[in-house]
Amino acid sequence: MEHLLSLFVRSIFVDNMIFAFFLGMCSYIAVSKNVKTAFGLGIAVTFVLVITLPVNYLLQTKILAADALVPGVDLSFLSFILFIAVIAGIVQLVEMVIERYSPSLYASLGIFLPLIAVNCAIMGGSLFMQQRINLDPSNTQAISSLADAFAYALGSGIGWLLAIVGLAAIREKMAYSDVPAPLRGIGITFITVGLMAIAFMCFSGLKL
Amino acid sequence: MSSLFSKQNKEIFSTPLGPNNPITIQVLGICSALAVTSKMEPAIVMGLSVAIITAFSNFVVSLIRKTIPNRIRIIVQLVVVATLVTIVSEILKAVAYDVSVQLSVYVGLIITNCILMGRLEAFAMSHAPWESFLDGLGNGIGYAKILIIVAFFRELLGSGTLLDFRIIPQAFYNMGYINNGLMLMPPMALIIIACIIWFQRSRNKDLQEK
Repeated sequence: MEHLLSLFVRSIFVDNMIFAFFLGMCSYIAVSKNVKTAFGLGIAVTFVLVITLPVNYLLQTKILAADALVPGVDLSFLSFILFIAVIAGIVQLVEMVIERYSPSLYASLGIFLPLIAVNCAIMGGSLFMQQRINLDPSNTQAISSLADAFAYALGSGIGWLLAIVGLAAIREKMAYSDVPAPLRGIGITFITVGLMAIAFMCFSGLKL
Repeated sequence: MSSLFSKQNKEIFSTPLGPNNPITIQVLGICSALAVTSKMEPAIVMGLSVAIITAFSNFVVSLIRKTIPNRIRIIVQLVVVATLVTIVSEILKAVAYDVSVQLSVYVGLIITNCILMGRLEAFAMSHAPWESFLDGLGNGIGYAKILIIVAFFRELLGSGTLLDFRIIPQAFYNMGYINNGLMLMPPMALIIIACIIWFQRSRNKDLQEK
């Protein structure tokens, strides 16, 4: 239980997807102009991460890892193709389910859902999970069970949500400031994200 | 064969290098641009890998563009890209193992690099294979160029070396010069890219946002 909690908190603050690894940067910059849409995208990313990461965990441990499917065969070179296929498939599935059962949520997520298939944060989550499987179980970063994979996915998603809502709030205020002409738009956004990332670095000493 | 290098094709190849750069103008593919640039060597390897993968995925998708059903095109494109990335990743592991360890997950993340999907959707789906190949190569090299500029400043100011050769002489350190450790931290990559954007846009006023 302690391990789950520490994994969860670390993935929000210390191993933040945006500020520590820059994953999902493209949509992060593009969709952070106002808080409401940023929140929608954040929720969608969290949702898809929470579903795909445990599925990819099972795929990795039951099929791809050495000796898992057939003794003496290591299929992990197939992991890129299978992971991305799972992600694209699940995004499609989630889209159809939400459209059928909750049209209002579907309308508010809008075009973000299909775009999530190519969001680096989702694929990055699965690839980090693959790296961490073989860590020693006493390591705070180890992902050694399905519950761990779930906690890591939820934490990373919430960390991403936090980062995008924060940036959107700053950009809403910044719309009224007088920025030097060449920096307007993405220039100043990059600097803002850089400063936010420096602020988040103070969490890196956190011992959990 | 002369049409292969016509003026128009040269333009397709050269605009992504400057006026329509994928990173600073289109803002695509920045995830990996930021994470692998604390040293020159991984940045060069990463830039080359992306250039090769963009060129060939553009080429392959353009070859089969007429047979891909519109509804499942994203999945087909992803499979093409994932196959190429797997090949490059295995080659890197075999030829340059140290660099592939440094790049860690970012090689795999080339699959979800927005430059690839952006070029496939915007260019390869509607152009002939050879033009698509040039467009992919141009965008890949435009990407590599920014990566190398960022890595140049980060490595020079952060560790005083370039490609692991010592540039700043020992005498400076004796006089009290200290490497700027913050340069090696991820946030500085963002600020350096912002400075490149600043520089580019103050020289070319057309690119400025209102």
